[in-house]
Amino acid sequence: MSPDASPGFWLTGLAIVAGVLFVLGLLAAAGRVRAAYWATLAVCAAGAVLDLGFLAAGHAGPPLSVPIGLPGAGIQLALDGISAFFLLLLMLIGAAAAATALDDHGHYNSTAALLPVFIGAMTLSLLAADAFSLVLGFEAMSLASFGLVLTNHTDPPVRSAALLYLGMAALGAACLIPAMALLVHLEPGAVDLSFAAIREHPPQGWRAIAILVLVLIGAGSKAGLAPLHVWLPPAHAAAPSHVSALMSGAMTKVALYVIVRMLFDLCGPAQPIWWGVPLMALGAMGAVLGALRANIEGDITAVRACSTVENIGLIAVGLGLALAARSADLPALAALAMGGALLHVMAHGLFKSLLFLGAGAALHGAGTRALERLGGLIHRMPVTTGCMLVGAACLAALPPTSGFASEWTLFQAVLAGPRIGGVALQTLICVVALLMALAAALAAAAAVRLIGVGFLGRPRTPRTAAAHEVGYAAQLAMLAMALLCLLAGLFPGAVLAAAAAGLKQTVGLTMAGRSSLLLVTPQAGSPGYAAPAIAALLGLALAGVVWVVRRRATGGSRRGPAWDCGFGPPPAWLPFGDPITQYGGASFGQPLRRALGVALLGAFELVDMPEPGQTRAARLIVRSKDPASALLFKPVARWRDALSGYADHLQFLTIRRTLSVIFGVVVLFLLAVVLLEQL
Amino acid sequence: MTPHLAYGAFSYDLAHLLGAAVLVLSFGLLYQRRLTSIIAIYALQSVVLAIAATWQGWVQDSAHLYVTALIALCAKGVAIPLALRNIVFRLRIERSVDAALGVFPSMALGVAVATLSILVVLPNTIESETLTREDLALALSVVMLGLLSMITRRSALTQVIGFMSMENGLILAAVGLPGMPLIVELSVAVLVMLAFVVFGVFFFRIRDQFDSLDVSHLDRVGGTHK
Repeated sequence: MSPDASPGFWLTGLAIVAGVLFVLGLLAAAGRVRAAYWATLAVCAAGAVLDLGFLAAGHAGPPLSVPIGLPGAGIQLALDGISAFFLLLLMLIGAAAAATALDDHGHYNSTAALLPVFIGAMTLSLLAADAFSLVLGFEAMSLASFGLVLTNHTDPPVRSAALLYLGMAALGAACLIPAMALLVHLEPGAVDLSFAAIREHPPQGWRAIAILVLVLIGAGSKAGLAPLHVWLPPAHAAAPSHVSALMSGAMTKVALYVIVRMLFDLCGPAQPIWWGVPLMALGAMGAVLGALRANIEGDITAVRACSTVENIGLIAVGLGLALAARSADLPALAALAMGGALLHVMAHGLFKSLLFLGAGAALHGAGTRALERLGGLIHRMPVTTGCMLVGAACLAALPPTSGFASEWTLFQAVLAGPRIGGVALQTLICVVALLMALAAALAAAAAVRLIGVGFLGRPRTPRTAAAHEVGYAAQLAMLAMALLCLLAGLFPGAVLAAAAAGLKQTVGLTMAGRSSLLLVTPQAGSPGYAAPAIAALLGLALAGVVWVVRRRATGGSRRGPAWDCGFGPPPAWLPFGDPITQYGGASFGQPLRRALGVALLGAFELVDMPEPGQTRAARLIVRSKDPASALLFKPVARWRDALSGYADHLQFLTIRRTLSVIFGVVVLFLLAVVLLEQL
Repeated sequence: MTPHLAYGAFSYDLAHLLGAAVLVLSFGLLYQRRLTSIIAIYALQSVVLAIAATWQGWVQDSAHLYVTALIALCAKGVAIPLALRNIVFRLRIERSVDAALGVFPSMALGVAVATLSILVVLPNTIESETLTREDLALALSVVMLGLLSMITRRSALTQVIGFMSMENGLILAAVGLPGMPLIVELSVAVLVMLAFVVFGVFFFRIRDQFDSLDVSHLDRVGGTHK
């Protein structure tokens, strides 16, 4: 077949993948749940292979028209560099999530049908080449994930988390659909919804600004961009872990893809410099807020979800900087920022889904996700803990992991940023760099807290002491994800090469000449980051340390009492001390909570001492609240209640007043028609 | 389209005159206070509407408009007014006076609304035929005045008449547009008949229970705001 006239082998294959995923939902609904999971795993793996094939050999061809959807128009699917990059991540995480779901013992059967549909809907949003199918895929994704969050619907907190999530999804749709409508160029006669037609007429003036705001609210709320991230921690904690992995690893990335597609691609390059400012400011705020909350939350899934807010913030900073640099006609800087953002998309997608799968394994093996009840899992669950260590190293951005490579690239871009714009923008970029550094440090603390409290030390409850390793399917999924994390960390240049077509498409320049398989440099010819060399040096140093320690150590070992910090004198019935008196999650977070949490999260502590003579225990009450929830969501909820109170009055109007309201509305409408006629 | 309807032609003038007569009778409905007179004005408006429909049927050479005219004449010009008069006399309220708003404010509002309708219709329909435009402006005014007379009245009976006068405005618009299918008028006429029956039942229940046709008594049934 000729390469230019047909939609191409890869695109057709991936379109079939999306279709098969929807059909697999029917299979699972028909009761063949395990078969559906197996097939989802196979289809996602095939999709990943097809996508890699496209990235390696394919080129963006004409869109594929599918006669489903709008009457007479159908939907159009296309594959280009940027969507293929995100699709690769989605397919990898989808396969891992399906493999983990195989390890389940029937707890997820009620919503099993939605898992392939969820992945299929995300595939549809990534493949979409017209406004209608993008919105269709995005909303199907929201609905399917809402159903998946409701899996354990008998718990009241799960129901309230799902409702909050659905409300945010509705808000997102209410912003995204008008944004699409504003993008579509209206011509008398025929309305062409395809992206190709939209690209020919990029929006300008107030329409472009309205699209920017609507996209930031509509897709930003789904991505977890502050301050609309409030739904994210409860929803992730409520969902089963493989679903949280998909939501945090893939769904937030699909939302970022929508931001990239609409702001970079469809709105065209001729936009003002300040377009990057909201993304940078919101991203930096969200990064600090999420990283700080990750140090305070007590549920390991909520810790991960808050860290997702942080990482999405970092990616948003990269996107904003790329947007600003592109407008300032600095393509090299724009490519660096965009490359860092895409690298972080891949890195975060991989390690965050790994961490969520690990959290699911901890729940499965130890029966809880509360840090206060875990501990000592490294002895009982070595594979899970090993994988979690890899994920936490990425989260903490330790070299030579993928987290370090991507954050390093982002920092290089931000530190080169002060060349853009005037004093105000340069000051903003400096502040953003500071906030990013703070967020990175806080994230490292959160990773230490997660591993140190949850997986090291001694079990805090008998249930945790009896923890067992998860099944082989889940172990394999985690091992594969850990391997991918390590590979992405060692060879960031390969990830940037996969993103090359996307970079070319969005910022007009690739990282060619600045990144090779072994080396990534911020500017051509300058020193850069060579992950394999760093890894080799670190390995050598580690081997040297081990050698010296072994050399100087005496033979044999003896277990003695540890430093007594936190351990009370052991009571007679617990010869090794009471494990619950170990340094716990809340104790680890206390310094940060006192230093930063009071100002940023309104944290407070209250010591509730019993009066003399009372026999009850003393209690330490610690509370903190998210500023977005206190300053944005609570007031909005109050306004909503007030408005519905006013609307309630309308229901009890007399007949004449009701008619008068109708009359008034009609007169106002006619007046509006007259006034618009005059304009 | 039809050469008879050019500006200045006799057919045009007469159609315009009839439409304007319907509008003037709407103003009459708005300020009249006595129930019997309101019913009479409504009957007269329906008869003028029937004549207008007949004339349009003649000018447009379309037979179904005669059917519309016949419906307007028989149902709305004769049957409904007679039934309403019957109700009025059975309830012995033929001498009652009903006006929620004074004559001058309601007339001023009516003029304002009619002006607004003309301002809306005329600039927005430049491509259409002259008669269609003015006919639409007149019809919209009649509809708005019907709504206005519904909200300035207190008695259920006058509100029903305001409602049916709105419907007269709709028919006036329909007959002025060449090519409007008959089915619309028939269905609208049936709708009005139904509404009339429903409201008739309504009156008697109100009469039985409250000894008045004042709908403000219904507010108690609708519930109160907590």
